[in-house]
Formats: sequence, C-alpha cells, structure tokens
Amino acid sequence: MEPPSWASDDIDIEHASPARVYDYYLGGSHNFAVDRQMAREAIELWPELPLVMQANRAFLRRSVRYLVNQGITQFLDIGSGIPTEGNVHEVVQAACPECRVVYVDIDPVAVAHSRAILADNPFADIVQADLRDVAGIFDDPRARRLLDLDQPIGVLMVAMLHFVTDQADPAGIVAQYRKMMPSGSYLVVSHATYEGRPDQAGPHMDLYRRAGAPLTMRSRHEIEALLEGFDPVEPGVVFMPLWRPDSPSDVDDHPERFSGYAVVGRRA
Amino acid sequence: MTVDDHEAFARRWAEAIVGTSYVSMGRRVLAEHLLGLTQRLVDAALAVEFDPSAGRQIGVDMVAAHFTGTETLRGTLALISEQLPGLLGSLPDSADVAKRVAQLAASMAAGYADALRERSLDEQDAVYRAGLRARRQAEQALAASEAKFRAMFTEAAIGIGIGDLEGNITDANPALQKMFGYTLEEFTQLNVSAMVHPDDAPSVWETYAELIRGERDHFHMEKRFYRADGGEIWSHLTVSLVRDENNEPAYQVAMLEDVSERRHLQAKLEHQAYHDPLTSLANRQLVTEHLAQIFAGPGGQRRVGLCFLDLDGFKVVNDSLGHHVGDELLKTVADRLTRCCCAGQLVARMGGDEFVIIMEDTAGEHDVVMLADKVLTAMAEPIRVGTHELTVTASIGVVERPVAETNPERLLQAADITMYRAKADGKARYATFDRNRNDSEVVRFTLSATMLAAVERGEFFVEYQPLFRLRDRCLIGVEALVRWRHPTFGVLGPERFIDLAEQSGSIVQLGRWVLVRACEQARAWVDSFGAAAPFVSVNLAPRQLYEPGLVADVTDILVANRLEPASLQLELTEQALMGDGTGPLTMLRNLHGMGVRIALDDFGTGYWNIPDLRRLPLHELKLAGSFAVGLQSPSGLVDQRIVAALVDLAHALGLTVTAESIETRAQFGRFRAAGCDTGQGSLFAPPCAPEQIDALLRAFHPLCDISTEAR
Repeated sequence: MEPPSWASDDIDIEHASPARVYDYYLGGSHNFAVDRQMAREAIELWPELPLVMQANRAFLRRSVRYLVNQGITQFLDIGSGIPTEGNVHEVVQAACPECRVVYVDIDPVAVAHSRAILADNPFADIVQADLRDVAGIFDDPRARRLLDLDQPIGVLMVAMLHFVTDQADPAGIVAQYRKMMPSGSYLVVSHATYEGRPDQAGPHMDLYRRAGAPLTMRSRHEIEALLEGFDPVEPGVVFMPLWRPDSPSDVDDHPERFSGYAVVGRRA
Repeated sequence: MTVDDHEAFARRWAEAIVGTSYVSMGRRVLAEHLLGLTQRLVDAALAVEFDPSAGRQIGVDMVAAHFTGTETLRGTLALISEQLPGLLGSLPDSADVAKRVAQLAASMAAGYADALRERSLDEQDAVYRAGLRARRQAEQALAASEAKFRAMFTEAAIGIGIGDLEGNITDANPALQKMFGYTLEEFTQLNVSAMVHPDDAPSVWETYAELIRGERDHFHMEKRFYRADGGEIWSHLTVSLVRDENNEPAYQVAMLEDVSERRHLQAKLEHQAYHDPLTSLANRQLVTEHLAQIFAGPGGQRRVGLCFLDLDGFKVVNDSLGHHVGDELLKTVADRLTRCCCAGQLVARMGGDEFVIIMEDTAGEHDVVMLADKVLTAMAEPIRVGTHELTVTASIGVVERPVAETNPERLLQAADITMYRAKADGKARYATFDRNRNDSEVVRFTLSATMLAAVERGEFFVEYQPLFRLRDRCLIGVEALVRWRHPTFGVLGPERFIDLAEQSGSIVQLGRWVLVRACEQARAWVDSFGAAAPFVSVNLAPRQLYEPGLVADVTDILVANRLEPASLQLELTEQALMGDGTGPLTMLRNLHGMGVRIALDDFGTGYWNIPDLRRLPLHELKLAGSFAVGLQSPSGLVDQRIVAALVDLAHALGLTVTAESIETRAQFGRFRAAGCDTGQGSLFAPPCAPEQIDALLRAFHPLCDISTEAR
C-alpha cells in the first residue's frame, strides 16, 4: 500500500482550466498545451467562440465603467481568471486611481500570475477561493484590507455562474453575496445561454463536462431568478452586445449569436 | 488627400479587423486608434527621407495594444497594399509609391510578428513561472500540512493507527505503541483481525466489516484489547474510513483513547455502590435491583425463595465485647453464609446483623428450608474472634412464592415478618411463611409503621363513654376512648392498635395526645356546665409510667386547661403496676398527691388481692367485665355476693368501685344492690362523640334522673 498523503496536490496542469482556456480565446498565451487543445476543440465546434468571449470581455469593460460612473469605488471580481488586456483594475483605476479591486479565482496558476502582476499595485489583490465560500472570501485578510463593507461595492460574476450547476444552488450562493453587499451595491452578471444558439448549446456543454468544468447554460428567466433581491438597471437582461453599447456600431446585426446574457442589478 | 480620406481609411481598417483580436476598445475608439496609425503610415510613406522601419514600429505598437490575431495582420496588410497607395496620391520626388507601401507593409509585418513572438514568449514565460510558483506554494502547503499532521500523529496523547483495507497495520504512533506495548515494527506485522477480544460483541466486527465495505464512514465504541504483555486495556475506539479521490475506500485510521483507569474506577464505584464494605457481600441496593430483575420478567410458573436471617443476641456481643469483635463476627457469618450457597444464589447483608439469601427458580418451599437448615448447621459451630469463642445463633424467615403472586417489597416484608416469628418461637430456628399470619402481620406492621404519622395527620379521635352514679343515676364522669379513623381499614378501636403502639413505643406520643385532647374537652365541659361537668378518665399505658416527664406533662396539661386535678382520672391496669422498680409507683404517688384520681382498671383479672391494694395510691377500682357476665347468669346470686364482698372491702380501704360492661337492667340492679358506686356500659350509653355527651348533660342536668333508655 502506498503511504497515504495528507493534503491534496492542488496544482493540476494536466487538465484544462477555464481561466486559461478563456485567455486563449482572447488571444493570450497564458496557457498550456492542454488548455489550447481544449480551446481549439471548442472553436472547431463553434467558430465564433472567440467573438463571444470578446463580447463578454467588452461587456465587462462597459459594466465596470458604468459602475464607476455610478460612484462605485470598490470591486470584487469573482472568477477573474488570467489577467489580460482590459483588466478590471486597469479599467477602474484609469478613471479612479485609488479605487479598490479584489480578484477571486480558484485556479492557482491564475492566482499566482495575478499576484505577480499586482505586486506593485496597493489597491488591487487576489484571493484564492471557491466562489461558493462566500464567508471565506469576505473574511480573507486581503479582501478585508481593500473592501469597506459599509460602502457599496460592485460584485462581478462575469462568465462565472454558468460554471455553477443547479445542484450547487447558484441562487443560494448569489443570495449569500447579497447579504454581504451594502445597499446601493451592484451585481454584474454575464451568463451563457442556450437561447441564442440552441444548436451549439448541447455539444458545447458536453465538451466542458468532459474537460471537468461542467457548464450549465440557462434561460433568461432562470438568469433573472438568480438576481432575486437586485433591481436590474436598464436595459435589464439582454444579449451581451446589447447592454449599454459604446456606440450603435458596436451592436452586431445578430446579437443572439453571442449566446450570453448580460445584466447589472442594484441592491436595494 | 484630406483628413476625411484618412478617417474613411481608418474606418475601413476597423471594418477589416474588427473581431479578429481582443482589444479593450469599442468600435469608435478602435477607429480613432486606427486613425492615429493611419496618420503614422501616411507620414512614413510621404517622408522625404523614406525609412521603411517606421512600419516596423507600427506593427510592434499594434501588438502592444493587444492586436494579437493573425487575421488582424492579414486584414491590415491587405488593406494597406490595396488602399494606402490611393490615399497617398502621387509622391513629390516621383518616388515609387507602390514600392514604398510594399516596404512599409513588409516592415510592419515583421515588427508585428516579432512583437507577437516576444509577447507570446513573455506570456508563456509568465504562465509557466506562475505555474511553478503555484506548485511551489502548494508543495509548501502540503509539506506544512504533512509536518503538522506528523507532529500531531507523533505527539498525540491518544493512540493513532493506520491500516489498509485488508487490516494490515501500516503505521502506529508512539502513544499507540506505548498503550499496547508493541514497537512500530511489531505493529506492522499485525493485522486488525488479531485485535479481537473474547468479550467483543458480534456487532463490533460487523460494524468494522461495514466500514471496510464503505457502507459507513466511521464508528465509535468502547472495546477491550490485549496488550503485548497479555494485560487488558479498555479503549474508546474511533475508526474512520478514508476514501481516495474516486470516493473508493482507501485505508482506515483508528484512534484509541485508553479508558482503562476510568473503567476500573467505574467498576470500583459500581462495586462499592452494590456491596457492603465490611463483608463484601451484596448490599440492600443490589438486593433491591436483583429482585426487581427477577420480577421484571414474565411471572409464568417461576418461583423465588428468600431466607431472611437475623443473628440472635448480636447486640449483646457488640455491647459487651466491642464493635471490633462484632465486625469480625459478621465477617465470619458472611463467609459461612457464602459457603452455604451455590451459584445463582445471592447472599446479601441488609444492614446491622440482618442477612438475606435469594434463590431463583426454586421448585418449592422445601428448597429454601433445606438451605435454612444448612445455614443453621453452619452457624452452630462456635466462632473464634481473637481470644473469644462465641456461639451465635440465628433466626431465619423462610419465604418461597410464585413470582406472579407477589412483588419484591411484599416478599422481603413477608420474610422479615416470618423471621420475627422464628424469634418469637424461641430463636435459633427458622419459621416458614404462613399466609394468614403474614396477612394479619402485614396489617399490624402497616398500622404500627404509620401510627405516628397518622397522629400528625389527625386520623385519631376520642370518644367518651359516660360513667353514671348508680345511686342517683347522675352522669359524673366519662372514660376517654381513642379511635383511629384509618383511610383503608375504617374506624379502629384501641384493641387493634394499642398493643402495637406499646411495642413500637408510639404509645408515648399517642397517649399524650389523648391526654391533651381529653383535658381540652374537659375544659369545654367545665365552661358549659360548671360544677356539673364530668371528670374525664384517661387510660395510661404501662410504658407511659416509665416516662420520666409524665408528672410534669400532666401538670402542664392541667394548667394549660385550667383544670382541677380531681377532674382528671388516670386508669391503669394491674399489669402496669407489676413491673420492677419503684419508678412507676413513685410516679403514681406524685400524681395521687396532686389530687389526680387514680383508678385500677380491669380489677379481678390479675394477681392483686384486696389487702395488697392498701399500699397503692388509688381512688377507685374498676371491676373487670367478667363480673358483669357472672351477674347475668341465673346463678348470679353467688356472684352478687362476691361483688358485694369486694365492694365492702374496697370501701373499707376508702376506694370507690365502678362496674363496667353493664348491658342489662338485671346487671344494673345487682351491681347497685352490691353497693357499686358507679357504672358504665351499653345499657346507659356507648362511647360517643362529645356533642352527644353535651346532649346527655343538658337532658338530665340538673334532674340527674337517668332513664335506662338513655343513649
């Protein structure tokens, strides 16, 4: 018998990680062969995926700017992934240099890289945690150092909640965050849906499931239900490019191609 | 060439590359960004000193803005080669436009490619370094966690052992090694199955098998083990199943807390709680629980036997030879009793010199009688304690009953009562259970045990029987007679409980209560009837005459009720005056001296004769009821003469005479003829409530004309 090991080795680069696959979609090289392999398979199934990811990233940028304009000065980005072009702290701090950003990711490589990039930034940091460990995240000293929970915060769950299966009770998790968020806070959500491209949904979910990161696409109605206790700001739950575009020219003729809903809700 | 032309070119450029790279810009910003690049391209192409490397920097800058897609480069180069020459128009020195644009584009492509290569290499480098850092951190965390575990494993006060699913022990911490006395080496040669203890419940190993099969994740139990040296340990055992990443059972971890000492202490305390420290026999508590257990099951045909044994005269041994000798004697008795019994029979010391032997599943009384015989024989041999050789006998109550017909309390009580019969029958013997005698004894026992509490509860009351002066039929006195209104047995007369009260000593309190009650009533009559109030006659038990406080008590009660001593008469039996010592007589003389009337009750039944009465302080004789019976017979004349002679003699001694139990007019006539002074009996009135006495007093006073029908 092999001697038992008493702690699990949680660095797993034998398997693709959603954070690094996402980086590849966005043209980054912060990824390993296994991530690229999976990303290429996905793109083969669904050639427009990089565009979808770009649209998602563009929504992140617009929504964060919107929150800054609403006076939000501190952000909690859940599932932040590998830092890349247009990081939240860059977008935020371009407008407001002392605004705070706390990233959260479970992927140790993403966390290590973020920590290296943020080493010299006193107003941004990253916490390694599971999205579901709400208390752990808010209790983490790095988060407590940067976030003032007497003031409204912006919580970002961009391309995140579709990695939470129904069994894991996404609405319950969001509700736990809501309890921690002071009145006037915002929740930013983008979420994969099968309502844009029903033909693509099945194989795509299959691929992620095989890769060990099951993806649960949801309907507009289901996504609205996740935001209980938040008032969606205009224009409500819409396909990603339709959420407050910078200019009409940014809106594709077929926004449903982007297969993702976007919404920003305000905590009353 | 106008600014508008430049903007149009930049827009077309944006069209060509939109979506091919992720840049953090909307389309408008993108077009503005590309307008700047367009300007730089135009400037480079139109420069007097043409330098194609300007294109290179534009390529580098595009990658820096995160234009990283090859499609971006393709679209850009196509646009430049197709449309940039048109934007430039003709060049001043008739330079070759197409050549310049081609050179710029080639340079730009090279810059783009170089920058992209650099960027990719940098990012790969960064992600690998991040991977390495993350791994190092994880390894450190693992090492720290292992070190923590190792420290906990090594330093833990509880024993921890690890085994595989076949039960092979692979690791054991120092605490476990110490607990069992095996070295780690020896442990790793062992299998869990060798840890079996003969007293393990079957469930122990069933539970273990469930764990190994993955049907449970852990279990707790108290279990015994053998140490390497053969000694035994009690442990509180927790075994947990550890699963692998596929959730399959992988190995087991056992944690053992040595609770041997706690167990021993517990066992010791339990033994102490159930055993007599002097003789080590079972104690009363264990007897109670043992009987409860016997009686808990279905009765059916089962029978149970019990010997209740009390040493004869043990108190004398203790008092004369000291407690040490008494204790040694009890120990020897305990040994002998134990030797008389076999397995399944419980010998217990109930306290003092009382012992009990319980036999289960007897076939009949004979079984227990045999045991009692054996015990008596065993006791016959003298017991040597130090220099003393003591002969001790015992009285044994033998009871053997069907379980279904009795209960533990009744069984013990019956044995106790039966034992007292053995004592009463002469000691050094056994007596067997007699149901009838037992039942009446139980009633007597119950009455005796509850009497004092009943006094407190006010269950006693007093009735009064009138004493009439025969000469003029005046009501001159009443005899107080105590009654017990018992909640179960109804109203009981004194004959049912006075003897018991004498035996138990309760008579002192009860007698005093009657005395107080009667005197209070006497006071009430004085208040209502003045000089015509009757005196009250109260019976005094022999035991009361030995109470040193009697005279003071009587005085106090009289004073408290403002009564003349002569309004109280105390009745004594002949027996009360037969005891040794002069105490009672002195007591009587004092009372007599105070003026309290003293009557000798039931005269004629005992040993006193008239001349002896001279030395007694008496006022009155009460003739026993037997005289009344005699006077009733046809040959009553002889009896009447005898009574007349008695009365004459009593009068000669200055005593008055009362005739008791007068039931007929004939008796009344003859007693009066014989010269008796007073009479009482059902012919006149039965004992009755004070209110009825009131009524009698009101009806006949002051006439004092007593109708024979008066009731």
